[in-house]
Amino acid sequence: MKPAVAKILRSSVTAVLALVVIFALWEGYKWLGSQTGDTWPGTAVELPVSSDDIIMPHAGEIVGELFSDIRDGRSTLPLSLFLLKKAWFTLQEAAIGFFLGSAIGIGLAVLMLRWRVAEQGLLPWINVSQTVPLIALAPIIVTWGRNQGLPDIVSISLISTYLTFFPVAVSALRGLQSPDSAHVELMRSYAAPWRTTLIKLRLPAARPYLFPAFKIAATLSVVGAIVGEISIGTKTGLGRAILEFAQRYAVWPERLYASVFGAAALGLFVFGMISLAERLVLRRTDEVVA
Amino acid sequence: MKKQWTTRVVGLVVAMTLVAAACGSDDAAVGTGDCDSVDQVSLQLQWVTQAQFAGYFAAVDQGIYDKYCLDVSVREGGVDIVPQQQLASGATDFAVSWVPKALVSREEGMDIVNVAQVFQRSGTLQVSWADSGINEPADLAGKVVGNWGWGNEFELLAGSRKAGLDPSSDYTLVQQSFDMLALLTGEIDASQAMIYNEYAQVLEATNPATGALYTADDLSVINWNDVGTAMLQDAIWADGARLANDEGYADVTKRFVAGSLEGWAYCRDNSASCVDIVLANGSALGASHQAWQMNEINGLIWPSPDGVGMMDKGLWDQTIGVSTSESILASAPDSGAYTTEYAEAALDIMSGRGMDTTGKNWRPGTVKLNPGGE
Repeated sequence: MKPAVAKILRSSVTAVLALVVIFALWEGYKWLGSQTGDTWPGTAVELPVSSDDIIMPHAGEIVGELFSDIRDGRSTLPLSLFLLKKAWFTLQEAAIGFFLGSAIGIGLAVLMLRWRVAEQGLLPWINVSQTVPLIALAPIIVTWGRNQGLPDIVSISLISTYLTFFPVAVSALRGLQSPDSAHVELMRSYAAPWRTTLIKLRLPAARPYLFPAFKIAATLSVVGAIVGEISIGTKTGLGRAILEFAQRYAVWPERLYASVFGAAALGLFVFGMISLAERLVLRRTDEVVA
Repeated sequence: MKKQWTTRVVGLVVAMTLVAAACGSDDAAVGTGDCDSVDQVSLQLQWVTQAQFAGYFAAVDQGIYDKYCLDVSVREGGVDIVPQQQLASGATDFAVSWVPKALVSREEGMDIVNVAQVFQRSGTLQVSWADSGINEPADLAGKVVGNWGWGNEFELLAGSRKAGLDPSSDYTLVQQSFDMLALLTGEIDASQAMIYNEYAQVLEATNPATGALYTADDLSVINWNDVGTAMLQDAIWADGARLANDEGYADVTKRFVAGSLEGWAYCRDNSASCVDIVLANGSALGASHQAWQMNEINGLIWPSPDGVGMMDKGLWDQTIGVSTSESILASAPDSGAYTTEYAEAALDIMSGRGMDTTGKNWRPGTVKLNPGGE
């Protein structure tokens, strides 16, 4: 247990240090800009980003904004709690998208594993699917959903699903194909049915491939939910908060930055949840092997 | 015994028919809350919850739609939601849309009909700093002029052309975002702004020179209503095919228009309550900003000389004129593009109840904007 505690401590210190460095770089850039009138020192070449307080509010003010009150309906509450409330809504959409997308991804992988012709026929289309821009897809999905009488949260979750199934499908296929031919032949010599080979050999072998894909899919599910909220229109959610703050950027730039941090924090949270699941699932494997 | 039984049945049927006839054909019963059944209806807005749509939120909140036997769900807009497209595809029953944008969709084949012209004036401004010397369209010559694009540029293009400027060469037209950042940072000389939204954002920002908020005196405004190139904006649109073929929908439309217009009349007389309703519906924008918006929106609706929701034929013709001369529309729309039938029916109901339908005595209030619109 002791090494684990040390590890957590070490990574926490690194994370805090990284924040301090970013803080210092941010403020350093602002200071430089204010000293030189937004040009590189000693030249007339303009800095890539203007350092004024609208484009780059002080880091301290962005953090401070998290603790100042914002309107939420008829009452007010601190921005951090406001974002937490919105994030909870977005998390639900993202979770539906993640689980649905992962199920579809694994299902497609099994299909492609079973029939080579399915792999040859499906894989190119799975790749092509990710080049379809979401802004083209969103109105189609929401119009379809509303005609089916589905609530908009379903449509948003479907947009999230669309992003998440891809990495899972591709990695699951590689994972399912990963066992050595010696192992596969052993199963064959036992006259094990295809299904038994899948469950006892291929799926366990795929786990190390699946978890990195789940991590990508989890963060993508948050991105998908936020994009869906912005393009479709919900009354709540982080995406909606970002949209409203973006419109008020000229008067409250700190709030937009803070809401972007909220989105990043949600992404980190789901990433952490998958890492935790990975540790639990893969440790059990180690025990079995030992 | 048998005869008596038949007589009773016949008597009951006759009585029920009479009651049904009394309920069904009596117009005076509309809007009284005496409902045999309630119709589920959806309305698609153009954008997020804000006072621009207060009348619809108020009609829900104050039980006005209930009185018309309607259960209305108001849907917010999103970046990729085109209200008239949602209407034409059957995903929503009614939509709020600007007239030129909806007419473009209509020309493309969407069977949508304007059933109530809620806004009687355009809310679009071109805003610049008072010291920029831009006081009328001709002054835009040689300037960097911001515009949102996506169909929001037509009043500007037509207005500057009217002043003898060629938009492609006499000034620099740039696409700006839906905020006032570019004007505040000096990237552009004149910025597009809605009088009820972006214009107020400037007045909620702090002037670094004085440390106080900017004031209206710091700004110079071109109002397209004065230039004569204003185009009609928020109107209620319905599905043309359903209106023609579905009596039930036509009846729902009549009640929906009446309830919505009553909602707007409520917001005229109770603007503070409507600001509160908008805030309660989940706006993260500030209270003073919404109060400003409510006041300005009321100014776009009231007074409505011919009655609220009625089409101003002159402005309709002006909208079509600008649209065809700017090649937004290939030709003028047919006469089915709008109907005043539903607004007239609503006005009958409202004036029958002694309500003020023109708002000729309405006067704008003064709203004090706080920093950031809080």
